[in-house]
Amino acid sequence: MSTQQTRSAAKVMLAPAVVLLMAWMLVPLSMTLYFSFKKYLPLRGGDLGWVGFDNYTRFVSSSSFWPAIGTTLLIVGGVLFITVTLGILFSLLLNQPFWGQGIVRIMFIAPFFVMPTVSGLVWKNMFMDPVNGFFAHLSRAFGSEPIQWLSQESILSLTIILSWQWLPFATLILLTAIQSLDSEQIEAAEMDGARLLGRFWFIIIPHLARAITIVILIQTIFLLAIFAEIFVTTAGAFGTKTLTYLIFQRVLESQNVGLGSAGGVYAIILANIIAIFLMRIVGKNLSD
Amino acid sequence: MARAISKRSKIINSLIAWTIGLIIFFPILWIIILSFKTEGDAIRSPLAVVISNWTFENYFVVQDRSDYFKHFYNSVFIALGSTFLGILIAVPASWSMAFVPSKRTRGILLWMLSTKMLPAVGVLYPIYILFIALGILDSRVGLVVVLMLMNLPIIVWMLYTYFREIPEEILEASRMDGAGLREEILFVLTPMALPGIASTVLLNIILAWNEAFWTLNLTAAKAAPLTAFIASYSSPEGLFYAKLSAASVMAIAPILIMGWFSQKQLVRGLTFGAVK
Amino acid sequence: MSQIQLKDVSKKFGDTEVIPPLNLEIKDGEFVVFVGPSGCGKSTLLRLIAGLEDVSSGSILINGEDATKVSPAKRKLAMVFQSYALYPHMTVRKNIAFPLRMAGLSSAEQGKKVEDAAKVLNLSDYLDRKPGQLSGGQRQRVAIGRAIVREPQAFLFDEPLSNLDAALRVGMRVEISELHKRLATTMIYVTHDQIEAMTMADKIVVLQNGKIEQVGTPLELYRSPINTFVASFIGSPKMNIIEGPQASKHKSASIGVRPEHITISDSNGTWKGTIGVSEQLGSDTFFHVKCEFQDQSITVRAIGGLELAYGQTVFLTPEKEHLHRFDKDGLRIK
Repeated sequence: MSTQQTRSAAKVMLAPAVVLLMAWMLVPLSMTLYFSFKKYLPLRGGDLGWVGFDNYTRFVSSSSFWPAIGTTLLIVGGVLFITVTLGILFSLLLNQPFWGQGIVRIMFIAPFFVMPTVSGLVWKNMFMDPVNGFFAHLSRAFGSEPIQWLSQESILSLTIILSWQWLPFATLILLTAIQSLDSEQIEAAEMDGARLLGRFWFIIIPHLARAITIVILIQTIFLLAIFAEIFVTTAGAFGTKTLTYLIFQRVLESQNVGLGSAGGVYAIILANIIAIFLMRIVGKNLSD
Repeated sequence: MARAISKRSKIINSLIAWTIGLIIFFPILWIIILSFKTEGDAIRSPLAVVISNWTFENYFVVQDRSDYFKHFYNSVFIALGSTFLGILIAVPASWSMAFVPSKRTRGILLWMLSTKMLPAVGVLYPIYILFIALGILDSRVGLVVVLMLMNLPIIVWMLYTYFREIPEEILEASRMDGAGLREEILFVLTPMALPGIASTVLLNIILAWNEAFWTLNLTAAKAAPLTAFIASYSSPEGLFYAKLSAASVMAIAPILIMGWFSQKQLVRGLTFGAVK
Repeated sequence: MSQIQLKDVSKKFGDTEVIPPLNLEIKDGEFVVFVGPSGCGKSTLLRLIAGLEDVSSGSILINGEDATKVSPAKRKLAMVFQSYALYPHMTVRKNIAFPLRMAGLSSAEQGKKVEDAAKVLNLSDYLDRKPGQLSGGQRQRVAIGRAIVREPQAFLFDEPLSNLDAALRVGMRVEISELHKRLATTMIYVTHDQIEAMTMADKIVVLQNGKIEQVGTPLELYRSPINTFVASFIGSPKMNIIEGPQASKHKSASIGVRPEHITISDSNGTWKGTIGVSEQLGSDTFFHVKCEFQDQSITVRAIGGLELAYGQTVFLTPEKEHLHRFDKDGLRIK
């Protein structure tokens, strides 16, 4: 649907975005790659030469590595589980008619728009603080000992905080997907004799399957990169070091740039694997 | 197909929905309430919903002590700056992919999206030293550039989907009517795409305002936006509940309001159009 | 001197050649209709003339000058799109004024021309409304108005009536024909509806798979279709095409006879058959008669109000003067 003139104009107009993103991709990435093959300690001597794949093996064999993987899996898995199951239930609920839909929707969605640092600090201080926090007061009102949320149940605490933040996202996506479900399909099923649970299982869930997959993939990508909440609550202590936080610490705190860069490369590969799955689904959508 | 929805089920649904909604919203509601209490009340009787001594003092003190509005200004500058810079670059790019697609268009779009998947921590150090070398560490401009690059894929993507919804025939009609490329974009495309552009702007301002990786690691005294400002309260000396609440409320209020208006865009933008 | 000339014009999309090299001449002031089934390339051809698509080879001449590489606006042609393509954010007034604005006319000049066009098209009361507030027919007229103010060399219509309901379509057909009489400007009109073609055209171009099957006046195409495709396409209901022994009797591979050229009798005639479905239009009656020499029913037109029972035996006689003969390639035998 174009002529030669419009085609040439189009190429010129696309250029800045492509060039910028390419630079954004290539320059820092290649630098990270470069550093990952060196022993580079800016605070303790600087560039100490090539070490091949040393950093890569040391990163994986370090004592913090597997705990970090475990922590990451627990947190990401936990948040995914909570947000998806509750998301499905809440989206079904919000799809029903009731009074004050507008206000209720605001309440359900609000947590997503709270900035991560506020979220982290509010939960840490106002809710989970074992002395003055809301939960502490509640526990005492019921006569039991307040839980030491962030120091003892740290992974659970972070999971709660992150689930609170991401539940609106899952709910909203799934609600959008449910609302796109043609009511005629459901009515046809009713005519065919399907009762409530049958309609749910055979029609609604399959329709939601794609949306659920997308929610899982996108949330995984973002959750793997979670930083601020950990930064302001535990700063990685009490076993809350995720892979991302571990890399951050290696690079900026202990300033072992080579090691941190190798870790960064691992994180990038991991993210790309998930991205490939996501891109396939998105790509299918593009073809229409 | 109107069927009588039983009043009873509507009541039950309303009860459940409101209860769960209030539980979810509670933390936000709570800090709003706390922000109006005196510091003493905040600690002694936090469970008291009814406030005995209303006060605005927390809001004033926060501004005095820590120069809140400077950080607020930084957030505004960075959010608006990165968004508008992104729009400037993305509109032509999205136009070209939406209206003059080639065999490569799909690949380019997917590639752009994949750059968003890049874990920021993987390029933290290079960006850090690049910024030092260029002298833009702890500068608003530096952050504008980084956040723009982070969000560019989403902006391009959203504009692309909105542009595709504009009927091609209308643009062709403008060409037949004598409009050159400039006039076509200025007088026909942009007015028609304005709602879509506005939605994209809204969503990206929100994402930039809340960004909490680069803003925490690349800023210090000069360019720290609200995300970093709040984070500075995490050390024990900053532990004043009522003030923390006030600061938090001020930090999140603008975005909560904008967020309300941008729900649909959120779905479109963050799922890359895969969910409609 | 011909006004628009296509010389060996072809169009490829990727590797598919949708229009093989084609030649056509359109004279000044003619109302030419491109007609054919979906996918025959008629819209593509129109868009090539408009300049919205590039030709893959060949040249387009407008008033003797090579316009092949000229941009759409500079060709001085105006197009009315199937979906009208009105600017939704502009009022009717601004929509019609847009081309004048692009041409650099002063607001005063723009205003005058818009008012004139609005008067011609009965739009004066709607000038300050937006397209969203107009009915289908009104939007049609705005689209035409936008084309008229440009005072183009030729008007291009891309299936403009397909989005209107049946009653409106008949009315608009007449209006467009009247417009043509009044403006005396060349009009090129694309449609898949052969009735629009027959009623409006000075000259019809029948297309199939990108090739011109026949060019001629409506009556020429009706009376002397050059092949079975044109014969079946023009005329409603379709011409009956009969193959086999009935055709060999006339020394042809197939013969054709229109429903209106067959007489029906309950006592005697050339072909014996039984009545199938009958369609009572009031003004005419159409019978679908099953004859034993072929599976396909023969359509026969009879006087309005004639009622014959389903399954009743009847006899059909084709009029000799109106029998068309076609050879094994489907071409007309003179």
